[in-house]
Amino acid sequence: MSTISTSDADRSSELTPSGGRVWRVEVHPADPADDPRGASLAHEVADLHLAPELQAVRTARVYLIQTALDQSAVERIAGELLTDPVDQRYRLGATPRSDDAGLVEVHYLPGVMDPVAMSTVDAIREMLGDVDCEVRTGFRYDFVGIGPEQSKLIANRLLANPVVQSVTDLPEWPQRFVEGTPYEFKLTHIGIRDLDDDALVRMSREAHLFLSLDEMRAIRDYYRAADRDPTDVELETLAQTWSEHCVHKTLKSKIRYTESESSGLEFAGRPNHTVSDDGSIYIDNLLKSTVAAATHELINDGLDWCISVFVDNAGVIRFDDEFAVTFKVETHNHPSAIEPYGGAATGIGGCIRDTMGTGLCAKPIANTDIFAVADPNYAADELPKGVLHPRRILKQIVAGVRDYGNRMGIPTVNGAVSFDDRYLGNPLVFAGSVGLIPNDKCFGEAKPGDRIIALGGRTGRDGIHGATFSSAELTDTHADEFSHAVQIGNAITEKKTLDVILQARDHESGCLYSAITDCGAGGFSSAVGEMGEKLGAYVELEKAPLKYDGLSYTEIWISEAQERMVLSVPTDRLDALRALCEAEDVEMCDLGHFGTDNAELILTYKSTEVARLAMSFMHEGIPQLTREATWSPRSVALKCDAPTTSIPKTLTRLLGDPNIASKHWIIRQYDHEVQGSSVIKPLVGEKADGPSDAAVLRPRLSSQQGIALSNGLQTSVGDVDPYWMTLSAIDEAVRNAVCVGARPDRIAILDNFCWPDCSKPDNLGSLVRAAEACYDGAKAFGTPFVSGKDSLNNQFTTDEGKTIAIPSTLLISAIAIVDDVNRCVTMDAKSAGNMLIQVGVTTNQLGASYAAGLSSTDIPRVDLTTAPKHLATIAKLIDQGLVRSAHDCSEGGMLVAAAEMAFAGRLGLDVDLAGVPRRGELTDFAACFAENPTRVLLEIAPDKFDAVARTLREAEVPFGQVGTFNESSKLTVHSDAAGSLAAVEIENLLNAWLKPLDW
Amino acid sequence: MINTMKPKTLILRTAGTNCDVELAHAFELAGATTQAVHLNQLVAEPAMLDDFDLLGLPGGFSYGDDIAAGRIFANRIRHALYPALRQFVQAGKPVIGICNGFQLLVKAGLLPGFELPEGAPPQQVVTLTDNANPRFLDRWVALRAESESVCIWTRGLDSFDLPIAHGEGRFVAAPEVLDQLEAQRQVALRYADNPNGSQRDIAGVCDPTGLVFGLMPHPERYVHKTAHPTWTRLDLGSPAGLRFFTNAVEHVTSDASLTA
Repeated sequence: MSTISTSDADRSSELTPSGGRVWRVEVHPADPADDPRGASLAHEVADLHLAPELQAVRTARVYLIQTALDQSAVERIAGELLTDPVDQRYRLGATPRSDDAGLVEVHYLPGVMDPVAMSTVDAIREMLGDVDCEVRTGFRYDFVGIGPEQSKLIANRLLANPVVQSVTDLPEWPQRFVEGTPYEFKLTHIGIRDLDDDALVRMSREAHLFLSLDEMRAIRDYYRAADRDPTDVELETLAQTWSEHCVHKTLKSKIRYTESESSGLEFAGRPNHTVSDDGSIYIDNLLKSTVAAATHELINDGLDWCISVFVDNAGVIRFDDEFAVTFKVETHNHPSAIEPYGGAATGIGGCIRDTMGTGLCAKPIANTDIFAVADPNYAADELPKGVLHPRRILKQIVAGVRDYGNRMGIPTVNGAVSFDDRYLGNPLVFAGSVGLIPNDKCFGEAKPGDRIIALGGRTGRDGIHGATFSSAELTDTHADEFSHAVQIGNAITEKKTLDVILQARDHESGCLYSAITDCGAGGFSSAVGEMGEKLGAYVELEKAPLKYDGLSYTEIWISEAQERMVLSVPTDRLDALRALCEAEDVEMCDLGHFGTDNAELILTYKSTEVARLAMSFMHEGIPQLTREATWSPRSVALKCDAPTTSIPKTLTRLLGDPNIASKHWIIRQYDHEVQGSSVIKPLVGEKADGPSDAAVLRPRLSSQQGIALSNGLQTSVGDVDPYWMTLSAIDEAVRNAVCVGARPDRIAILDNFCWPDCSKPDNLGSLVRAAEACYDGAKAFGTPFVSGKDSLNNQFTTDEGKTIAIPSTLLISAIAIVDDVNRCVTMDAKSAGNMLIQVGVTTNQLGASYAAGLSSTDIPRVDLTTAPKHLATIAKLIDQGLVRSAHDCSEGGMLVAAAEMAFAGRLGLDVDLAGVPRRGELTDFAACFAENPTRVLLEIAPDKFDAVARTLREAEVPFGQVGTFNESSKLTVHSDAAGSLAAVEIENLLNAWLKPLDW
Repeated sequence: MINTMKPKTLILRTAGTNCDVELAHAFELAGATTQAVHLNQLVAEPAMLDDFDLLGLPGGFSYGDDIAAGRIFANRIRHALYPALRQFVQAGKPVIGICNGFQLLVKAGLLPGFELPEGAPPQQVVTLTDNANPRFLDRWVALRAESESVCIWTRGLDSFDLPIAHGEGRFVAAPEVLDQLEAQRQVALRYADNPNGSQRDIAGVCDPTGLVFGLMPHPERYVHKTAHPTWTRLDLGSPAGLRFFTNAVEHVTSDASLTA
């Protein structure tokens, strides 16, 4: 066994002449038996059967402090700052490793954001004056009962990600911290003018530009005309600006769409669709011709509550006479595949900045999160190389959203998790952010002469190439190649920046800036490029404050370091803004100005010009793609689970399906009540453990008006036909919002497409079908799309060359107005004796249902001629106070929804299938488990039944009584044909639902 | 005589504070006015405390809760504001610290505020540390106010529900400290169903005067009936969280003349 220096004094001979030395402080629990983090880790190891001999885990926080301070000062720092006098003890140096334990230390790699270290430095300076010190932090784990090899295995499986952290089996104690090498300026030109097609393609790939041949040619021709070669930073700027991530070129392309046999959809007459003689359909700009077209047509037809759609960082709709609400949902898939914690945290952090960059800054008031991962019980030894285990991915994603959202003080109120093994190498992370903004602050515009001001975090090497990387396909080597694209966030920096910006927005002398946007994908390049599109911009890159030395001018320009906002500030408002920043410890820098001759982008580094690009070429020079899209009806039979099992068994299985089972393990880790606005929470009912259909908030604490947030995700239907999947998802999102009491005529929706490689005609064909359904659905429901995002290259290629494409996934998110939150309803059954009513019809179509899987492609379809009216009628009943509870009938079908209502209300329920409204023959199995859209269960008090029935009949909405709640402990199911079909203890159903994801 | 002037509340915020707006709303509903002040500003001008009648320390993640929850904020208070805050309390003015505010009161040595020799430095004798199940937890909990407590904030409260939302809320102290807290009737609030492993189910404590009160649950999140998780099931009457704030406002308006 190697010896380790056990006392700090051992290092006294290693003093370095200047800048001091590195001190090591370990902070341990005072009572080794009282170590919750260690106990929790031991529990996790036991859960995963990783090391049966493990007896306990002892944890310690490690601080490495590089300073010239003497030992007494370091002891003071350790004692007064780093250690809790009641339950912790510190030790200078490294505690010796004990013979019976394996030791592992996990530390961030140099250069990776370490928020604790940054705060510690600030706190030391607060204590001791402006002393020179640097800090790094890590964790020490002593695994009692097992050896070093096994300990390291646990660390690699559960604790560390080599992309951002190091794992060592010795105490980390460097003599000096690694330092950045100072940057030596050298202007680089890239010869492009003489390149042929092959060479252009090679350059695009090798330089990670991810541009197509046509785009590379356009760039080459631009520089031929300009009679010079581009600089490296010009080329990078074009690659970022033209990336799929930033410009959505697939959705904006010209598409030729053909069907192998008619899908029955009528294309003639759709906006910007041309049907040619050979039957193929030409669509000029898919996004504009479908999703956006629906919104603009609704507005032209008189819809008057959309304030800003598709043009800003988020969609904006009217809330009341003083305020509007904003909504944006982003995806952050590829970073989350490689480093799920940082990827998800910066996903939500980035989406929050979209809210801050909307209009003149909306205040973030709610977050949403939807994840798609593989089966959490996936066999660990069958994982492809380069893939993290789905359980770990999910845990880390949740931790990332939790730590960022909670620290920002924004309630995370609505979400979903979808499990499918096709997400194995390419999980999906959708992060949403809702904002509140004064009506007179919904628009901003940079003015010539305004200063370009960056606020918030410093610029580092983190996140470089994120925009281009997110547009590429994942492979087993991506973690190595693109580790620099991974970002670690610091929520408090973003919170401080938000605090300052809101004060600047509402400044007594008027808003201190004329425009604002976030630094997202592409960093300064995208932010300044967008704000200065019409004006041009002049930027002095060396002015940006850096995290460490060594960044080139190109790295500064394209870095995706987090927590930065760019503001366009009139020169006479600079002092007021600077004063606010100083008062709140927020860093502000002046990068240059907007407005140049000929609207050019000019970049300089220490007075040398490093780029000069026409804004018009950046923003309009990209050649429009022409893409082929095809569609063939699918005759898939992926799973075959014929509906022969008994009703109680199927019900229990469905409640325990991870897709349906309770997500309380996730929900309770999020602060979903901060800001004090919560009205309907994600979990509701007698014991707050029933699944709410939507969240309701009161964004203005002094008002009774609310907003509802919901989502629709019907991926399994998409395996048959993405058109019907999309309509089902819109129907579900609207239905969920209506079920809590939202106004059906004030619902705005968002699209988030996550598709496999859309350069393949069949994938693009399925995207076309989804987009056409977006148009049809939005028009029929009167629900405008106000914002959206796409991620169109989601698949993973293993080291064996096998490609796993994700299923076509469309998330529909909805935001709706609630007139009076006091009239909201929840899904939990309220009283024995009340009647359970099903509204909407059930059929024998079990295709793509959770009960039957894809044993049939006969899927139920949304009827757009009746669905909007049905949902509007339900909304009316709720508004009139006739409904005690309402629950969306979706995954798992009617019986799953009914069981959820019963157990959430701790009531018994007798179900009689005779009352199920039907069209055609209906089996008992289908009556219980078919997943027809546009169905809702309502709990109605007997004295209200007549009024309810009258309203439904008058509106020609099919309905029937399917049960009665009672005081018993059982759910029973009866049918005329079969008599008693089931009698199950409610508690067993509840447990079946609660247990699977109770981690 | 009841003073009809509204008492003034200072809401102290800093980097990472995030429950300040709803805390101000709660005080305003209870009849006070509020002003949010950044810690930097108060450190620069501690005397501005004299202009206020009440002090609210909101929840959040001050300085990211880096190192430990409330630690960095508490150290700044110790170094720059301890005498000013002691003076504020000696003037009979109530202070509430909620969640992160409770953590910092404890770590700054302002709670439980046992008698110290004159001029002695602040001393931390209790702590709030990782939950027994060490993860962030948001849920509503049943609570019981100690009717015998000297706390002015919990007067008239009995059994009620409030939400918790924390990862480091486990109340820990040496047995003799716990005994002294009980003996001096400083335990103001206990969990009916302990969610985090707190010793003796302690959810909130006050100082010996009853004026300085810290608690992990969030009363400011229950000042409207629609905040309660079962409000659609039954009418629970007046929201319990509001009572904390009306108690304090009544205390300063009836008991002493307001700060001019």
